[in-house]
Amino acid sequence: MKNHVWRPLFVVIGLVALILLARAFYVPADFGTHERGYMYSYNRTGNIEEWKAFEAKYRGSQYCQGCHEDKTSALSAAQHAIIPCENCHGAAFGHPDDPEKLTVDRSRNLCLRCHAALVTPGSGRIQLPGIDAQNHNPGIECSDCHNPHHPNLAEMQG
Amino acid sequence: MKRRDFLRHSLVFVSGASVSLAALEFVSVGELLAARPEARWGFLVDTYRCVGCGFCVKACKIENDIPLEANVTRTWVERYLILKDGRVLADSPKGALHGFTDQRVDRAAEGFEEVSNQEIASAFFVPKLCNQCDNPPCVQVCPVGATYQTADGVVLVDHKWCIGCGYCIMGCPYGVRFFHPVEHVADKCTFCYHRISQGLDTACAQACPFGARRVGNLRDPDDPIARILLTQRVGVLKDEFGTKPQVFYLGLSKEVR
Ligand code: HEC
Ligand code: HEC
Ligand code: HEC
Ligand code: HEC
Repeated sequence: MKNHVWRPLFVVIGLVALILLARAFYVPADFGTHERGYMYSYNRTGNIEEWKAFEAKYRGSQYCQGCHEDKTSALSAAQHAIIPCENCHGAAFGHPDDPEKLTVDRSRNLCLRCHAALVTPGSGRIQLPGIDAQNHNPGIECSDCHNPHHPNLAEMQG
Repeated sequence: MKRRDFLRHSLVFVSGASVSLAALEFVSVGELLAARPEARWGFLVDTYRCVGCGFCVKACKIENDIPLEANVTRTWVERYLILKDGRVLADSPKGALHGFTDQRVDRAAEGFEEVSNQEIASAFFVPKLCNQCDNPPCVQVCPVGATYQTADGVVLVDHKWCIGCGYCIMGCPYGVRFFHPVEHVADKCTFCYHRISQGLDTACAQACPFGARRVGNLRDPDDPIARILLTQRVGVLKDEFGTKPQVFYLGLSKEVR
């Protein structure tokens, strides 16, 4: 073959070799095919550990028990016992160190998530006591009348 | 060096160098079979129990650092209204982040639609999340190996490796993937991999007061979820796609897509 064919070819070959060399350095050692083969597990295994190390923010209601005994015992005896504290107060993160306080959400919307009367035959919603938000004491926070940790109507003081 | 020798040597070098490292790793079938792990995470959604309070969506977003008001979410709850005239209405305002507090149906650009109680034949809520498919199409289309399936069956996205091309977002038949507004990469539900691998519940399952969402190990015959899957009638979404979803539903109906 002629020289003018080989010369550009060398350039191409050199480039390919260079790219492969760069790849060998750039791609981490733990990158490759794993349990599920090339199609489903062609990845960096280190990432699995990275995901496992992700910070959990929700601590669960048992965590609150030690310090907010009054609230926990009130709640556990009420119809609301099934609701985790963090649903209404937000994730604990590092509370009480950081943040020092959790949010106290007194909005009507918090309660209406479950108590707005919706016609939903075929779901668990119809089993919850529903109110019509427009007509049930509009403009007043629910917790002014109902105790969120112990909403028992029979024990409600006027 | 003679010209002929030089050519021969360089040919040998280049052909050797161009065998990529990946091609040298042969997959042994025996190893693959032996690698069958003890855990395969699965999920059970009980639509009869869901009340549409949306606490699962809120918990998921806070737990996984998804901006609350951004229009993307790893999990959401849909409301279906099946009317007596056969019409099917469905909505999911803000993915149900603030729950369902309005009887009217959110029809997006067309505004809210009033539905009278007499018209409704049936209405219920369906929580949605990543199905962690056994044959995940989103993983097949990734051009760089940034998304993959772990040995215990969870599909994850490598945020450092993802180039944000969006193929996987298009490839998912369930629409569970989205572009993360802060990290600028593809993102999706991980079954709270950081929680389940420590023995905790997923954030959504922990937040659900009614037990409508539960996560379990399908390889453990004593697992309560596995028992339900074995003994009760459960359905999956879009079975015909052959993706083999691992999120199972109690009380699914044909209107749910
Ligand atoms: C180690 C003890 C401790 C634990 C555990 C703890 N808290 Fe607290 N919490 C505190 C302290 C101390 C305060 C500050 C009280 C104050 O300043 O009045 C506080 C404040 C709060 C407040 C704000 C009260 C207010 O008056 O504004 C809420 C709400 C709250 N905690 C909820 C929770 C919840 C929910 C949990 C469980 C996820 C929890 N706490 C776990 C110690 C704790
Ligand atoms: C249904 C939602 C809901 C749940 C569940 C709930 N709370 Fe509350 N919590 C509230 C509301 C609303 C207030 C504000 C009450 C008020 O204004 O009197 C509040 C107030 C508080 C306060 C502030 C103290 C005070 O007297 O002002 C603390 C502390 C607290 N809750 C702890 C807890 C703990 C601990 C749990 C779990 C055992 C819990 N809450 C579960 C809704 C809830
Ligand atoms: C996660 C859903 C949920 C949320 C949020 C919620 N509740 Fe409830 N509520 C329930 C359930 C479940 C019951 C018990 C129904 C039953 O046992 O029949 C209940 C019962 C009640 C009752 C009736 C008690 C009785 O004696 O009949 C009142 C009043 C009430 N809740 C008020 C509130 C208020 C006020 C808030 C907001 C601070 C609130 N709820 C938030 C689920 C919820
Ligand atoms: C001004 C006080 C007041 C306010 C504010 C108030 N309620 Fe009530 N609520 C009552 C009284 C009194 C009853 C019992 C009599 C009745 O059924 O009307 C009641 C009953 C209920 C019941 C039981 C209904 C049933 O059929 O069993 C629920 C649920 C309820 N309220 C939820 C709420 C929620 C949610 C809010 C906030 C959006 C709220 N309430 C605000 C006074 C109040």
